[in-house]
Parts: sequence; structure tokens; C-alpha cells
Amino acid sequence: MALKIVKGSIDRMFDKNLQDLVRGIRNHKEDEAKYISTCIDEIKQELKQDNIAVKANAVCKLTYLQMLGYDVSWAAFNIVEVMSSSKFTYKRIGYLAASQCFHENTDVIMLTTNQIRKDLSSPNQYDTGVALTGLSCFVTPDLARDLANDIMTLMSHTKPYIRKKAVLIMYKVFLKYPESLRPAFPRLKEKLEDPDPGVQSAAVNVICELARRNPKNYLSLAPLFFKLMTSSTNNWVLIKIIKLFGALTPLEPRLGKKLIEPLTNLIHSTSAMSLLYECVNTVIAVLISLSSGMPNHSASIQLCVQKLRILIEDSDQNLKYLGLLAMSKILKTHPKSVQSHKDLILQCLDDKDESIRLRALDLLYGMVSKKNLMEIVKKLMIHVDKAEGTTYRDELLTKIIDICSQSNYQYITNFEWYISILVELTRLEGTRHGHLIASQMLDVAIRVKAIRVFAVAQMATLLDNAHLLTGNMQRNGICEVLYAAAWICGEFSEHLENPVQTLEAMLRPKVATLPGHIQAVYVQNAAKLFATILKNQEGNTDSTAAQETSQMMIDRLPLFVQSANLEVQERASCILQLVKYIQKLQQKDVEVAEEVSALFAGELNPVAPKAQKKVPVPEGLDLDAWINEPPSESESEDEQPKAIFTKEEPKHSRPRHTEVDEKELARRREARKQEQANNPFYIKASPSSQKVYQEAPGVEHIPVVQIDLSVPLKVPGLPMSDQYVKLEEERRQKERAEKKKKEKKKRKEKRSGRGKKHDSGPESEEDITPAHVVDIVTEEMPENALPSDDDDKDPNDPHKALDIDLDKPLADSEKLPVRSHRAAGAPKSPAEDGEAENATPQEPKKKSSKEKRDKKKDKERDRKRSKEEKKKKKHKREEKEEDLLGGQAEEAAVQSEETKEVEAQPSSTSAEVSDLDFWLSNAPVPSNTQEAATVAAAEADPAPEAPAGTAADSEPEEPKDTETEESKSSKHKKKKQKKEKEEKEKKKKKKHHHHHHHSDGGGEESVQNGTVEEEEPLPPMSNYCLLAENSYIKMVCDIQGNLQDGSQVVVSVIFENKSDSFLKSMEFNVLDSLNSKLQRPEGSGPHDGLTVPFQLPPGVSNEARFVFTVQSIVMPQKLKGTLTFIVKNEDSSTHEKLDFKLHFTCTSYLITTPCYSDAFAKLLESGDLKSSSVRLEGVNMPFHHLLARICFHHHFSVVERINSCASMYSRSIQGHHVCLLVKTSAQTVSIDAKCDEPTLLGNVLDEIKQTFSQC
Amino acid sequence: MIKAILIFNNHGKPRLSKFYEHYNEDTEQQIIRETFHLVSKRDENVCNFLEGGMLIGGSDYKLIYRHYATLYFVFCVDSSESELGILDLIQVFVETLDKCFENVCELDLIFHVDKVHNILAEMVMGGMVLETNMNEIITQVDAQNKMEKSEVIL
Repeated sequence: MALKIVKGSIDRMFDKNLQDLVRGIRNHKEDEAKYISTCIDEIKQELKQDNIAVKANAVCKLTYLQMLGYDVSWAAFNIVEVMSSSKFTYKRIGYLAASQCFHENTDVIMLTTNQIRKDLSSPNQYDTGVALTGLSCFVTPDLARDLANDIMTLMSHTKPYIRKKAVLIMYKVFLKYPESLRPAFPRLKEKLEDPDPGVQSAAVNVICELARRNPKNYLSLAPLFFKLMTSSTNNWVLIKIIKLFGALTPLEPRLGKKLIEPLTNLIHSTSAMSLLYECVNTVIAVLISLSSGMPNHSASIQLCVQKLRILIEDSDQNLKYLGLLAMSKILKTHPKSVQSHKDLILQCLDDKDESIRLRALDLLYGMVSKKNLMEIVKKLMIHVDKAEGTTYRDELLTKIIDICSQSNYQYITNFEWYISILVELTRLEGTRHGHLIASQMLDVAIRVKAIRVFAVAQMATLLDNAHLLTGNMQRNGICEVLYAAAWICGEFSEHLENPVQTLEAMLRPKVATLPGHIQAVYVQNAAKLFATILKNQEGNTDSTAAQETSQMMIDRLPLFVQSANLEVQERASCILQLVKYIQKLQQKDVEVAEEVSALFAGELNPVAPKAQKKVPVPEGLDLDAWINEPPSESESEDEQPKAIFTKEEPKHSRPRHTEVDEKELARRREARKQEQANNPFYIKASPSSQKVYQEAPGVEHIPVVQIDLSVPLKVPGLPMSDQYVKLEEERRQKERAEKKKKEKKKRKEKRSGRGKKHDSGPESEEDITPAHVVDIVTEEMPENALPSDDDDKDPNDPHKALDIDLDKPLADSEKLPVRSHRAAGAPKSPAEDGEAENATPQEPKKKSSKEKRDKKKDKERDRKRSKEEKKKKKHKREEKEEDLLGGQAEEAAVQSEETKEVEAQPSSTSAEVSDLDFWLSNAPVPSNTQEAATVAAAEADPAPEAPAGTAADSEPEEPKDTETEESKSSKHKKKKQKKEKEEKEKKKKKKHHHHHHHSDGGGEESVQNGTVEEEEPLPPMSNYCLLAENSYIKMVCDIQGNLQDGSQVVVSVIFENKSDSFLKSMEFNVLDSLNSKLQRPEGSGPHDGLTVPFQLPPGVSNEARFVFTVQSIVMPQKLKGTLTFIVKNEDSSTHEKLDFKLHFTCTSYLITTPCYSDAFAKLLESGDLKSSSVRLEGVNMPFHHLLARICFHHHFSVVERINSCASMYSRSIQGHHVCLLVKTSAQTVSIDAKCDEPTLLGNVLDEIKQTFSQC
Repeated sequence: MIKAILIFNNHGKPRLSKFYEHYNEDTEQQIIRETFHLVSKRDENVCNFLEGGMLIGGSDYKLIYRHYATLYFVFCVDSSESELGILDLIQVFVETLDKCFENVCELDLIFHVDKVHNILAEMVMGGMVLETNMNEIITQVDAQNKMEKSEVIL
């Protein structure tokens, strides 16, 4: 064996290492591939050896080859071997290789789970770090599920290096295993306030990433982020938070109002451009969200626009780019403020940098008005001609169409101009956007009736010159416009000047080379044209013309009948037969025109793009139901219907560079002139074309000539858009003149000089009337269209799975899987558990209220059923045995049914956001991290501060929400309680109506709005009890069971510095007992203390939490502990210590768990609970106070209360159920209790007794 | 999120590629080629942002790059990253390399791509920015190198 190792290391000396490999590759430039393949063979040999060093070296080389594009997945197993080496050097090589080439389908990943787990818990922080880094690249759903719990533990690691990595990787875990989000979220939230800035930054990073996709679930974190924003100095963190706020404000305009001021301050104060830019961005987002609600924030807008102008004018191209980018966001809501910078933006259009030009183009969209549209488009057309690359040119093309067609062609005053622009655009070679131009042509021709005559004429010319467009056939996306041209000519053929000529053009043999779907349109529209021609010719006495047309059809159509395209073939043969039949009739002198044109009668109206989707599903139609037996899998390879505008495969056209000499050019020019002169349409359609030429006296011919040089595709006979610009200007001038005249007349009539101001001012938008009476036909929508528009989300988005309500309390089933063989967690709760979970108002917010209602109905139905069953059962049971508690609870449950059913619709959302509401409405800006507890209290619970207002008719017997100083992780628990409370409130209100007439006999005087106060408000309560105190420091603590883990309790300790000195290096230590142990980080001994993660300046208090592991929870426990700390004055520092005794009561193992009465009844029925009871004498307090105290101090919840009798429920962290029935009569309180663990019950009852003996 | 980090030289030879989303080797090479094609034809004094790489693109993504002597450093990021922030990060990355290699040049990257990976791993993890403080990054990298050395001696 030893020999082998020696041999291995000797071999190794002769192996190539990475550097040798790289050098070798560089030396074999000619036969690189061959050299590498020999290297790979060597590597394969090396991998076969036992020596791990050799293997690692080989894997290292493979990683390099992977970068060069070689597939190395065959070595996956060897990579795993190297990963599991005990040496860090090799481990790192292995993990790097894995992170470069492993992915979800790598099957050996399954083998790594245990190795990774081992590395994660390695005492060496860099082993852990390397494993986390690697895992972040190749985590799979399986790995995420299996390791989630381990990583979560690492989030509380002592080393910040590990903590920050663990926090960051959680995002990947969430993506792969969404179920882990809710259990891990409280801890993630904690990390937002981690003392280490790196960890904090990581947590911010992860939450921002989560919130970006599903912002509404993170609104409740806004106060916390706000605090971070005002306190953090790390620009990275600030940028992330500010970006996050940008995502949150659209959901909550009030948040925006709160943000404006601090953001504006930052804008003024910061020197970091990156931060300034993000601030401006978020202020813009805020302004957008406010734009409807708040009348003006013009100062803020001005500030933003100003700052952006500075950016755009900056010589740094990066700032210029970003300035334009942000400007486009303002444009959407405040176009006016951007429009004033038109000059600057138009200037950017000429920038040499394409990125900047593209941004400027985006902005143009909002710059146009009726007045300047033509001018801007003209400028863009010049750019189109100049543009060298097709991408930028295509971008220009789409922008031109975008700005012209925006908001229903709002800015177009002259559609002739627009059509000619579109026609000009068809000269673009190799564009991918032929279909875009085509659809615009169709849209305009269909929707603007007045333009049809003109459009048809243009399209006819296009068809006539189709050979120019389709020069290099098929590769050219532009031939799509022929689709539109053919259709328009066919559909509106009544406007055609010379239909026979067009028909002839449509049936040329060359058409057969067009794409199939275009040919199909040609054939169909030829038929339409044919019908029109027949109709025109029918009146003539000479029938030969009509017969000639038929003959032409018959001659030409067979070409299409042979088409390989089914659609073309089918249409052609149908029409051919039809024409043949018509010809027969014609020969018999039968008048057919009427009947033929009837084939194409009727107007086609435009249909709104989403109309189809919005047709409401008729009642009783289930679209998901199978009509027939579902077909087998193989059949489902469906033929997808081909869209009419099929996307052409991106075919790159060969640039057409035809060298033309001067002579040839001159000849062509001459020919064109001739052609134009001969074209009657040309002159007719543009009577002022002469004028255009005159205005450019130096040039012999129209301005098109220059363009022709580069693009030899001038379609002769087509008018240029420029003419229309001139025409339009003239028209406008005329109009203005006329108006002036009128005004003058008016003035004369009125004899007042006031009119002067009008005509001297610039032409305003409204003054420009469109050239035609533009009748834009609106798009049709089906009747009863549903207004929903939110169907654009991609169903495959992995983030959809992370749309999880985080405020909902954790259920048992949601715990992260833990690998250990511990006696399976909490014993599964009885059957009601599931039901209770359903019944609690926990449905995620996203469900529509309608769904909720439906569900409620179902539940009510269920409940009714169960009620009836229960009644039956009850009778039976009463005969059998007398079970006081069970019976009573049952009765309570049954009685409550009526009320519950009436009020079963809680307003679940309001309670959820109430924290946030409060913060948004009046909470002061928390400026410091100190007093976190009190702030939290204020945030969480407005009730005690406004007892008269809110408690007036709320149920004050539910004071759980006063247990506010509770640790933050249990915040959601509170919310649930609040929800419950709200339900109760409603109930209570009902009760008020029934009872308040006779309940005010007690003489309480507080009358509110006509309602009589029934029960006095509760005194504030706190569960924090004094732990220890000396002259320096005071410790108060609260003990709570851990929702997550059945064997953990969390002790929250608030340390308050009472002295004038600085307290630091606090260490918290506890002497463990057999049953209870303080959880210490891995690697520390059983007697080591825990460092408190903060220092305390004088007068400041802060809270730390410590986790204890407990085994048995049936008995109370006491643990001795010590806090050591250093008191630091200006001149001296002393060591001090403070002893304390931690008291784990049985109560602290209980967790407030709501329970529904029917579930509660079933539980009692089940019969495996032991009962016990206790009597309290001389309790002199209202019943609701009594209940509140039990709820608050002992973590119970009220299941049902009827007069002076109430049932209550709680659950231990290990899943024991504790049920109470509390009755009172004249200062005596009797509590009957049931629990599956008698010792625990006894202790809890003792503790309750003690609580009441103290007061 | 950062989708990919690429370093290549003026001729488009990859010096480091780190994809935070899986692609097969061919696609990776294609992306590198295309990115090089996009980036290399840009002038020196234009902005450092670029939209519309076809492969890695999608409208939410941007290429943010810097050009140092013979090398291009390209980050492909989505809209949750701050553009200027990433530019700073590239600067930090290069400065860190400079510190670790002592006057870094292309040859260092050619022969020690594994070390570059290790440095990058301390800055960016799984596509998210882990650390931006250069000193912290160098401390961690040095500590790990020290460990490696001690293992060699053993």
C-alpha cells in the first residue's frame, strides 16, 4: 500500500499540471483539437489511479477544458470523488469543477447529499464555505429539500463568513424548494438586523430578490426596511433597499408619501452616482404610484428631471445612458416635464453610441404631438436610410410604427401621409418586420374608411411592382406586405381604378414563388376582384370583356392548383371550378354578377386583440371536461394551426450591392421619369408634386434619387411621404388663414381688439384638424366581456411558486424535513388538525374573495352536516356516560354554530396589514435601533394606546395582541390572533344588539357614539419578567416555545444598560441540566458562554435571543446562569458579572394555537385525555379579564365563550393538547381541564393558580 | 441577479466563464462568441451598457462590461442590479486580482484560472453579490491559500 502511494507520487511528478496543459495548448496552435484529445486521454488514465492528488490534478485540468467548450460530464463521478477528499485543496478543486459542469440532470448529484452535509457541518469554516459556494451553482430540488434544514442552521452560525453565505444560498433553496420559504423566513428576517454588515447585506439581497417577483407578500417588511434605509451607510445595501421600495410603492401609495422626503434628502446629499441614480428611479416610481392620488409633486418631478438632465448632458456616456433610461420612466406619467427637454433627446438620436440612440428612441414615443409627428418621423426616416446594421434599422422601423399608431393613431392628421410612409418602409431590405408593416396597412385600411380609396390605389401599385419587393425572394421578410396589399385590393376592390390590371398582377406566374400563406391570400382575393370586375362589366352591352376576364382566370389558376401548399391548392381548385361554371353561364348570357358578388358580401369589422379570450364561458360549459375519451399520449403531438402571419425564420439576406455606373443610373432615371409621366395615378394622387420639384431647383429630380443610389428599389409611381408633409403644411396654413379670416370677421362684428393675442400665438394642438373626416372604427369586443386583464403572467416562471403568504402562521406540516432519527417530532394532531387548518382564515390572500366565499359555503355545509351528526352522537353519548367537560364543550360548539354561520366571513386582509397600516399612518420615523422592542410594540398594537377608540366595542377579553414585547419571530402568530379577534368583534357586535339594553346595569358610564360600553378595557400586560438586575444592567426575559422545533424553547432577553458607562463583551452562560441545554454553536464546549451580539451604550436596551434544547416538558425547570460583561468608562474598564435564575415554567412550553369549536369538541370526544380541575377562590375581576390573563400569561386561546363559561385551548411544543373549561360564579372560578399528559396539566394548572393568587 | 460573468481577450479567447444558470458547453461557447462580437465592435468611449444579446438576453437583461488593456470583463445582469453598482464591482474585481497577482496581466489569468475562480467565489455567489469590500475578499482568499499551503507541507 505504502509502495503504491510512493509510486503514485512519483508518477505525479511526470503528470502535466494545469499550467503545463495551458502551455501545451498554446504551443499547439495548429493542431489544438488533436493535442487536447491526447490530453483528455491522459486525464482519463490519471482518473483511473487511486491517488487522490492525481485525480484532483486531472479534474482541475478538466475544469479548464470545460471552459474551452469540451464536454466533461463523463468525469462527473470523479469530480464527486475529489469533492469528498478530506484535504481542503482537493475539495476546492472538486467543488469548482462541480459548480462549472453539474446541473439538474447530472445523476451523480444524488450521491453528493451526504458529503455536502458533512462539509456544511465541518469545523473548518472554509470547507463549509466552499460547499456553500458550490451548492449555490448546482442545487437541485432534491438537494434543496434535503439540505434546507442544515443551511438554515448555518444562518445562525457564529462566523459571519458562513452566515452570509448561508443567507445568500437560501434564495436558491427557495427557488428549488418553495416549501422551505415559510419556515425559513423568520430567521431570514432576523438577519436583516445582523450585527455583521456582510450578513445584513446578504439578507437584504435575498429579500429584495424575492420581493421583486412577488412584492405584495413583503409589504409588511416596509417599516423594517425603512429603518435600515435611514440607518445604513452601506451603499450596496441602500441601493438594494431603494430598488426594493421602487417595487413596493406601486402597491401602497402611502409608503411612497413616506419615502419622498428621505429619498429627496439622499438625492441632495449623496455623492455616489449609483445611489443618486437609484434614488431618482425610486422617486419616479413613487411619483407614478401617486400620480392618481396626489395632485402635485411637481417639485419632486422637477428635481428628478433636473438631475436626469445633468446626467444626460454629462460627458460620461454611462450616465447619459442611464439618464435617458430613467427619463423614459417619467415619460409614462408626466410626459409634459420630459417634453421640455426635447432638444436634448433629439440630439441624442445622433449619438455615435447605439445604446444611447436606442434609449433616445424610446423617449421619442412620448415626444410626439400632432404638430411635430411628421417632422420627427421624417428625421427618423433619414436615420433609417443611414443606418448600417439591420438591428438598429429594424428598431427604428418599429419605433416609427409605434409612435404613429400609438393611442389609436391619435397624432396622425393625414393618413395619406402615413400610408405613404408605410409604403416607403417597404423599401427596407432584409427587415424582419414585414409583417408589422403589413398589419399596419391592414389596420389603417380597415379602420379608417376615408383612406380606403387612397390605400387601395397604393396597394395596387405595390402589387404591380411586386417583383421589386421580392427581389431576393423568400429571404425577404418584406414580402409580407404583399399579403396586406392583396387583401386590401381584394376586399375594397370597388375603389380600384383598373381592377383588371390588378387582377392580372395578382395572377402572374411569379406569385407562385411567394410563401404559401401569401399565395393563399392572392388566390382568394383574385376571386373577390373577379366578382367586382364582373359586376362592373355586366352593365356593358359587350360581354366579351367579361368573358375574357373569366378566361384569364381559367388560364392562370391551374398554376396554383398545383401548389404544394394545401391551402393554396384547395382555394385555387374551388375557385377554378367556380369560374368554369360562371364561364358556362356567361356563354349562355346569364347574368351572374349579382350572385358571384354575393359570395363576398358583408363588411368585415376589426376585432379587438383580446376579444376572443374575453368571450365569457356560457353557464354550464366546462371547457376542461373531456368530450370523448382522452387520446393516448402519442396522439397529442398536435399540429399547431399556423398563424396567418407566421414568423419567418430569421433568414439573413445577402446584402444587395449592385454596382451601377452613372450611365445606367441616368438611364434608369429617365425610364422612371417616363413611367411616372405615363402613370395617370401618379399625377392625380399628388397634384402638387410639381411644386415639390420646384422647391428643390438644384436637383433635377425628386429627392428620392439619392436614396435610390443605395437602395435600387424605388417603386415607381408611388408618391413620397415628403409630399404629404408639404401638402399637410399647406393645408394647415390654409386652415389657419381661414380661421383668421373668420376671426377677423368676428372681430369686425364684435369690434374688439382682443383677438390679436390668438393669432399671434403658436398653433395649438386642438387647432389642427385632421385632413379627412377620420372615422376610426373601434375594435369589437364580445358582449359581456370580462374586464380582467391580468393574464399576462408566464405560468412557467419559477418565481410563481414563491408567491407565498409569509404572514400566515406556520403549520406543522410545513416544518423543514430534518434528517435525524429523533422520535418523530410532534405527534400528529388528531384528525381535526387538518380541518382546523382549513377552517382558520388562512387562505392565502391571493385567492379571490369569490373563491373564498365558495369555500366558506362548502365549509358551512360541512359544518352543518357535522353538527347534525354531533347532535345524534351527543344524544347517544349522554345516555352512555356523563362527561361534564366534553358535553359542555359540545354544547358550546353547537350553540355557537348559529352565530358562526352568520358571521363566517372575516375580513381577513385587514388584520394582516394592520401593522403596516399603523406604521404608515402615524408611527414616528424610527431613527435608532434602540428601543426596538417598544417600537415593535407600538407598531404591532395600536389598541392599548387608543383604548377608548378601538376598544369601545371590540372584545376586550382577547388581549393577546397586547403581548407585544414578544419576540419578532412570533409576530405572525399575533396576526392570526388578531384575525380571530376580529371575528369575535363581529360576533360581539351582534351580541351588543341583543344584549346591551339590559347589560348596562353595572353603572359603567363610558358611552360612545350611542353604544354602551359593556366591559372595561384591560390593563396593559407583559410577559417579560425580571430575570436579574444590578446597578449596571437589568435583564428581563420572556420564554416561548419554538414553533419550528418540538424540543426547543427560545428565551428572549432584553438587556438594559442602567449605568452611564458603555457595556461591552457581554457573555451569556447557563449551567446546563440533564433536561435542558443551551444551544451553543458547533465547536464550542458545553460550558462556553455565548457572546451577546451587541454592545450597549448608556441608557440603551436591546434584545437577544437564546435557544435551549429541552427533552421533557412535563415539569417546570430552573437553570442557573451568569452574565459577564465589561463596563467601560472613559478612563477605566472593569469586569462585572450578574447571576440569574432562568425559570422554565410548563406554560412556556405551550404555544397559543387557535382551535375551532368543532375540532375542539372532537378532541374532547376522542377520550384519550386525562382530566383534572382546580378552583380559584376570591378572584375579583371581570370574567373577560380573567380569560385575558389566562390567554396572555399561559398562551391559551378562547375557543368559545358563552356568558360566564368559556372553553380554551392550547398546545405544547411537543403536541400535547390542553383543554380548559372555565366557569365563574360569584368570585369563584372553577377550571376543568383535560390533557393527554397529566403531569403537564397539573403543573399548568398550578401555574394558573399562582397567576391569580398574585393579583 | 447576475446571470453570467465572462472574461475574454481582444480576440475573443475565453479566459474565464462563470454561468449561474446551466447551459450546455456548445451554447456557452456560442454565448461567449456572440458577447464578444457585440462588445468588441463598440468604440472605446461609448457607454458600458449593452442591450440585446440574443442568447442570454431577454428584455430584462443587460450586458455591463469594462475593457482593460487586452481583456474584456463582461457581466450579464438583470434589472435588479444597479448598473453603476456592477461597474464598480467589476472595478473591485480587477483591483482584487491586481492585489492577489501583483500587477495582474492576461498571462496570470491564462495560467491561473482556478485562482481567479476562487477570488470570484468570494465576491459573487450563485449569481448574487456576496462581498464588495476588497480587503475582506483578500483576507478570505489569503486565509484559504494559507490553508492550502499548510496542506502541501503536511
